[in-house]
Amino acid sequence: MDLVVSLALQILYGIANLALISLGLAIIFGMMRVINLAHGEFLMLGGYTVVIATNNGVNIWIAMLVLAPLVVGVIGVVVERLLIRWLYGRMIDTLLATWGLSLLIIGLVTSIFGASTATTISPPLGVITIGSYTSSGYEMFLIVVTVLLLVAVYATLKLTTLGLVARGTMQNAEMSSALGVSTSRIYMITFGLGAAVTGLAGGLLAPITGILPTIGAVYIAKAFITVISGGMAILAGTATASALLGGVNGIVAFLTGPTLGEVALLVTAIILLRLMPRGITGTLFRKSL
Amino acid sequence: MRLSRDFRGTLVIAVCGLAFTLFAPEVLEFFTIITLSQVIGLAILALSLALVWGFGGILCFGQTAFFGLGAYAYAVTATNIGGSTGAILMAILVAAAFAAILGYFIFYGRVSDVYLAIITLTVALILYSLTRRTSGPEYKIGNALLGGFNGTAAPPLNLPGDAGTVLFPEDTFYVAMIALILAYVFCCWLVRTHFGRVCIAIRENETRAELLAYDIRLYKLGIFIIGAALAGLGGVFFCVGVSRVTPDVFSLSQAAVAIIWVIVGGRGTLIGPILATFALHYLTASLGSQALLNANLVLGTVLIVFVLLVPKGVVPSIIDLADIRRQRRVARSRERRLRLRRTRNGNETAGVGK
Repeated sequence: MDLVVSLALQILYGIANLALISLGLAIIFGMMRVINLAHGEFLMLGGYTVVIATNNGVNIWIAMLVLAPLVVGVIGVVVERLLIRWLYGRMIDTLLATWGLSLLIIGLVTSIFGASTATTISPPLGVITIGSYTSSGYEMFLIVVTVLLLVAVYATLKLTTLGLVARGTMQNAEMSSALGVSTSRIYMITFGLGAAVTGLAGGLLAPITGILPTIGAVYIAKAFITVISGGMAILAGTATASALLGGVNGIVAFLTGPTLGEVALLVTAIILLRLMPRGITGTLFRKSL
Repeated sequence: MRLSRDFRGTLVIAVCGLAFTLFAPEVLEFFTIITLSQVIGLAILALSLALVWGFGGILCFGQTAFFGLGAYAYAVTATNIGGSTGAILMAILVAAAFAAILGYFIFYGRVSDVYLAIITLTVALILYSLTRRTSGPEYKIGNALLGGFNGTAAPPLNLPGDAGTVLFPEDTFYVAMIALILAYVFCCWLVRTHFGRVCIAIRENETRAELLAYDIRLYKLGIFIIGAALAGLGGVFFCVGVSRVTPDVFSLSQAAVAIIWVIVGGRGTLIGPILATFALHYLTASLGSQALLNANLVLGTVLIVFVLLVPKGVVPSIIDLADIRRQRRVARSRERRLRLRRTRNGNETAGVGK
């Protein structure tokens, strides 16, 4: 029984982890049809913000929950104004330009902070005991944060004026601009918000994974495959794809070890895309957010 | 007429390549020749991507997956059977077979271009993390240890049928260079066959090609497999040049540089990406020896600048410029001829009037 609970929590954490690293990417992809290949680097920048802030005496919670999204959100807005703005409607060029951006950020961070960071931060919460097994309290915290984040995004999209305008722009950009909505501003805000959520995720994961300039590569494969499998709907897509892929990954990893877990995740995603080429929400839950 | 002129261009380039092959060892240092063998492997990778992306219209971000699989397949097979000829064939086969399976899911699932880019890239990245985890004695194929992070040793090439006679680095350079030239001529020939023209038609307009009753899935799968086989061959020469194959062949930056070569050289040409490979490799190699500018920084800037300012790439831009100048020259000479004729006519009429 303890084993079952412990395993269930582990799988749940895997799912939450996938949702957390993919949500920012899904927001930008779902709203703007832009796949941000510098997503991993945004996560990395969130992590660096936390490490540098805590090293300078900032409380770790403030660094993770406030500073990381703020800094990366601002970077996102700057990137959108300087780079992405020129490339709307040219999907492939956006991919290439953000890939260039990804290399550029890796290069910059390596030049400034060096190829590795000497200081790491430890997870601020202790362990939880379940019968004869222990589980990390911080992982439980991350599950809760992910759920709260999904709820917050849902509430923003569904209840606020900004959310309404953003959804309108998502469905038909020309129509909303005819109705007096500045779509360019909506895109800027959306990209900034997506970047902020990514920065938050990067900051929250920094104590677990450690920080390197090239850490982005660890996340992005999983984030991309989750978003692509999920399809256009931001929340339903991220949630269903994370649940499916995270579940498969967790179970296979438990049975055979972590190496095959990732392979199983990929194989599941490829078979899924053979059956549903537009992602899960392209076939099921089509009206959802 | 146009085709034969084009193919004459191919032959000129091939002859230039042969001349380079013959003279390079006379002029260049021994160390440069050894490095060049690796770069030739990378150039074949760029050529394969130029074919798949530039002519097939398939945005394959993870072409390095086939490149790396080819390299690993060569290293493992050559270690096991003790000869390189069969191992080279094995490398090409493994890369092509993997592409066939992956391509079946992609093209028959009608995955669109951007999704395709992400899926292929993800495959390369998953292979990266997979091969990195294979350290330890339990991960071996036959006698070849996969070696995790450090990779596995790639045996040198040898004479076909005689495993004892190992080729010298200079001979390896000759073999690699001839393989590159043959691959280039093959690709030039391929895009002019019926198959190649249908692929170009699909690149231009999928729906129209399909309405003309071409099975676009099959053609795309075909050119995808051919590209993967070429990339596998490139992997062989790369790992022979380095004499090792590590998981880094699957890494994100390796996938990125392959894309950058094609972008810089120009989509829709075959020689552009090859030249861009040599030029940019030289650039990053000389950057590697100084600490001021990070190589990633430079590559990222190059990619952004080209996407924003020179989206066609260098070679097509030069061709466009040359075309404009030629048109201007033709227009100017026609104008001169017209003016001449007019003045002559004017003289004649003036003569008649007298």
